[in-house]
Amino acid sequence: MNTGDTEARNDDASGAREALAGRRAFLGIAAAGAGGALLAPGIHLIEVAQAAAPAGAAQGANPKVRWGLLIDTTKCASGCNECVTACQTENGLGTGTSPTDPQWIRKVEIKEIKTGRTASLPVMCQHCAEPPCVDVCPTGASFKRADGIVLVDRHICIGCRYCMMACPYKARSFVHEPLADQKPDVPRGKGCVESCTLCVHRVDRGGQPACVEACAKAGHHAMLFGDLNDPASEIAQRVRQVATTQLRADLAVDPGVRYAGL
Amino acid sequence: MKSVLAALLFALAGSAGWAADRVPRPALGAARGEQCVAEPAFMRRNHMDLLKHQRDETVHRGVRDPRASLKGCIDCHASAETGSVAAAKTDFCVSCHSYAAVKVDCFECHASKPAGKTMAIAR
Repeated sequence: MNTGDTEARNDDASGAREALAGRRAFLGIAAAGAGGALLAPGIHLIEVAQAAAPAGAAQGANPKVRWGLLIDTTKCASGCNECVTACQTENGLGTGTSPTDPQWIRKVEIKEIKTGRTASLPVMCQHCAEPPCVDVCPTGASFKRADGIVLVDRHICIGCRYCMMACPYKARSFVHEPLADQKPDVPRGKGCVESCTLCVHRVDRGGQPACVEACAKAGHHAMLFGDLNDPASEIAQRVRQVATTQLRADLAVDPGVRYAGL
Repeated sequence: MKSVLAALLFALAGSAGWAADRVPRPALGAARGEQCVAEPAFMRRNHMDLLKHQRDETVHRGVRDPRASLKGCIDCHASAETGSVAAAKTDFCVSCHSYAAVKVDCFECHASKPAGKTMAIAR
């Protein structure tokens, strides 16, 4: 949906660059006369870098990929909070537990009344294929990336919290307080809605979400991250073999997070 | 002829240095790294367009080209004293922006320090 916009912007940028060429030629002559003396002391005369982007630079979100999670509730330990802690550390969330504190992932304990069977599971943004939060967003801040990750563009978010109302999983939080010392990879600020990003900054580097790593490190291996569209991926093979469910499948929002053993 | 005259004037002004200038100048410290992504004159006028373009590319399309990323700017331009581009009045972004009286909103959400420094403080 954004491709058209971006191409238009690219054209603008190259047009502006051409327009600048004339001015730059003049500056070049001026600089040749003045040499390094133009620069204040302490500033290097900095050369023009090669215009080409480095080879192998990220190509961006791949539309053929559908990132997803498989959570095996039979392996998820009751009382274990490793995924929640890892999320807070990775994304620079506070450790506060007040109802208004941002929370991207939470542990839920469920019990079937008739049989007494209990299960423990983490719930986070389910990264729906048909996300209600995106449908209701009045500004277009809430969006789904080509690879299925649902995000909030905080540059556009006005903090109306309509998406929080629309989300059937209570996955989104609002930042009420001014923040300081954010992580360089995870910009966050007061007045915006936010939620699990599937650690998009890690995924774009070829990594895994922090919660998945923490779960494996704790020895539970209850969370599996991967490409649901790639038949050879471990997650695709597992969902083919094991019975899994989507939370509130009746809503037909087609979450990318699936649960086994519920 | 005009351009030669301009070059001569520039050279004179340059050799006199900023100190002799009646107009106060923003204090820009030295940057790490060999070279910027474009020449300084271009960056002074256009850094906001580069950043805004890259911001949409990264957030919406997941293109993480370090060339025009805010993180890339901060990695080189964080000051030696505060380790930040926006903590003190003399830091790279703030010194120029306060000089030009243009409010910089980036650092209400974005970290103004390179990754290592922020982690050191968090610990």
